[in-house]
Amino acid sequence: MLVAPVLVLLIFFLVLPIAVMAAYTFFTFVTAGVETSALTTANWHEFLTDSYYSGFLLKTLRVGAITATLCGVLGYFPAYFIWATTFKHKWLLLLLLIVPFWISFTIRTFSWINILGEQGVINVALLKLGIINEPLPMLYNEGAVILGMLHFLLPYMILNVYVSLESIDRTLIAAARSMGCTSAQAFREVTLPLSLPGLAAGLLLCFVLAAGSYVTPQLLGSGRDALFGNLIYDTIMGELNWPMGATLSIVLFVVLGFFAAIYTRYMGMSQIVKGLGG
Amino acid sequence: MKLTNSKRLERLHDRYQNGDLSRRTFLTLTAAAAAAAGLDMPWMRQALAAVEEVRFDGWGGTVQDAIDKYAFKPYTTKTKIKVVQGTFGDEDEIITKIKTAKPGDYQVIHSSGVNYYIKYVNAGLTSEINEANIPNMANVLQPMIDPFRKLTPKLSAVPYDYGTTGIAYNTKVISPEEAKEKGAALLLDKKYAGKVGGYDDMTTRVWYAALATGQDPNNLKDMDAIWAKVRETRDLAKKFWSSGAELMDLLSKGEIVVTDAWSGRVAALQDQGAPIGYLDPAGSYAWMEDMLILKGSPMAECEELINFMLDPATSIAVAEGQSYPPSLDPTKVKLTEKIEKLPAFDKTGTMKALTFADPVYWATNEDAWTKQWNRISKGA
Repeated sequence: MLVAPVLVLLIFFLVLPIAVMAAYTFFTFVTAGVETSALTTANWHEFLTDSYYSGFLLKTLRVGAITATLCGVLGYFPAYFIWATTFKHKWLLLLLLIVPFWISFTIRTFSWINILGEQGVINVALLKLGIINEPLPMLYNEGAVILGMLHFLLPYMILNVYVSLESIDRTLIAAARSMGCTSAQAFREVTLPLSLPGLAAGLLLCFVLAAGSYVTPQLLGSGRDALFGNLIYDTIMGELNWPMGATLSIVLFVVLGFFAAIYTRYMGMSQIVKGLGG
Repeated sequence: MKLTNSKRLERLHDRYQNGDLSRRTFLTLTAAAAAAAGLDMPWMRQALAAVEEVRFDGWGGTVQDAIDKYAFKPYTTKTKIKVVQGTFGDEDEIITKIKTAKPGDYQVIHSSGVNYYIKYVNAGLTSEINEANIPNMANVLQPMIDPFRKLTPKLSAVPYDYGTTGIAYNTKVISPEEAKEKGAALLLDKKYAGKVGGYDDMTTRVWYAALATGQDPNNLKDMDAIWAKVRETRDLAKKFWSSGAELMDLLSKGEIVVTDAWSGRVAALQDQGAPIGYLDPAGSYAWMEDMLILKGSPMAECEELINFMLDPATSIAVAEGQSYPPSLDPTKVKLTEKIEKLPAFDKTGTMKALTFADPVYWATNEDAWTKQWNRISKGA
């Protein structure tokens, strides 16, 4: 009986919207903002036969994978530091980690324009120091998009890894050291393997969020740096073609769901839940 | 002529002050109105509450600031009807929201003229204005009203302002002489590769490609040549902007040195002292904006608001604030020197000097061309 409210919530807020969207994929687009419920497979046919869409899908997966990997590499060290530090106010470090969430995501993304732009902090400093003669083109390219997403996603990675590290029994590391391991060996043989579930959870979360992103590419990238989410946005908001927009949305949902399903099959969802719960 | 509640009470008050009503009658009628508002069914109270405010959605930034300051605030002071405001960067965005909302949630839209008017008409979102409730429409330029009336004899929108999308350039990098000589070709000048901008909008892109290929924007013959030019600009461009705020940011921060741009936003930058020049090349894209009332809106209140906005004093103040000429006919209403100096201002009142998009022609091709532009903008 306790499951009933959860089921109702899931049906109303997850299954039903997705079902409606799935139904929309078979509707007929008439003109901008107008569609009929006459059923057609034209939208699916267009998606499956037009390499424009598959090209963007692959690109999105590539950018998502790069972003997630960078998050993993860059996020592990701060997580390890917070876990290993003997600083008595560790809560303060964790608090600092979530402080960026208090500021609007859009504003945080916009802030990079003032950092990477031609008149941004970096270029102005380098020009004044005489290191460069021309401003470096750091904005409106794929690098800027990945950087913006790193900024947004790193806390998710750090929290996941930190939670995983926190669950390690520290006596195992002490045992490894007492048996002659150096601290580097103890990290490699004990700490790293035991923290992998957290790292994997962080990678999945960062990958899914990066691949589903559209605001960051819109603000920090050029048209060429668009991701699949931008295609969906343009189709629904620009072309007012809801049936095709719904088709693309379902595709992204299924593809990202596929990766989540693989993760769940081998790792389980509990680590992500723990990570998000802090 | 349908009257708003505020208007009825205003008239009642006027009659009382003129001595047409006794104090007792006035108080009795006022009390009856108050009792009616307080004692009826909840749904009636909700309905009455709805006309205490009007919802307006516009382009934000300096344009909406001016409308708010010179039109909405005085209107609220006068009528006690609050104008609740929202903004959008792209009108398709607000159409999507309107489609998913129930009638009446969105009411007045600062819309982009006839090209968009067709979209609202096709989607069944338009209302029917009672023009008798907007007497100030008599001062509105007839050449601006006619295209709307061709589409729907019963209007759902009233033209409010107009402008051009011309060429804006950084005067520290490009001299006015060079800009004048090259005109629209500046957007295709390889010398400025990586420093070119443009509006992320199909109509603007195709329009300027038409000028570059020497074609009539309202009768394009060679679309392959058009798309080739659109790609050429894309390859030189650093960024296609999608809102007036982004345009101003890119220009003022020096990220781009030349772009097609909205005349009013450039005028706002010039007022701030930015080194930005502006020119309208031959055949520059002219557009008009209107106040569109959506289906399900409280018509009398919305009409009252638009009539207030069209009052010459209000309209002139807004025009000066937003730097776009008003829809008032300069042969009927004395406009200010500042307005007469605004880019795109047509002192004849005929609008013949400006080239507007043929709404039917562009609407016919809109779906296919928008799709193609979206692809090209992403590198296709």
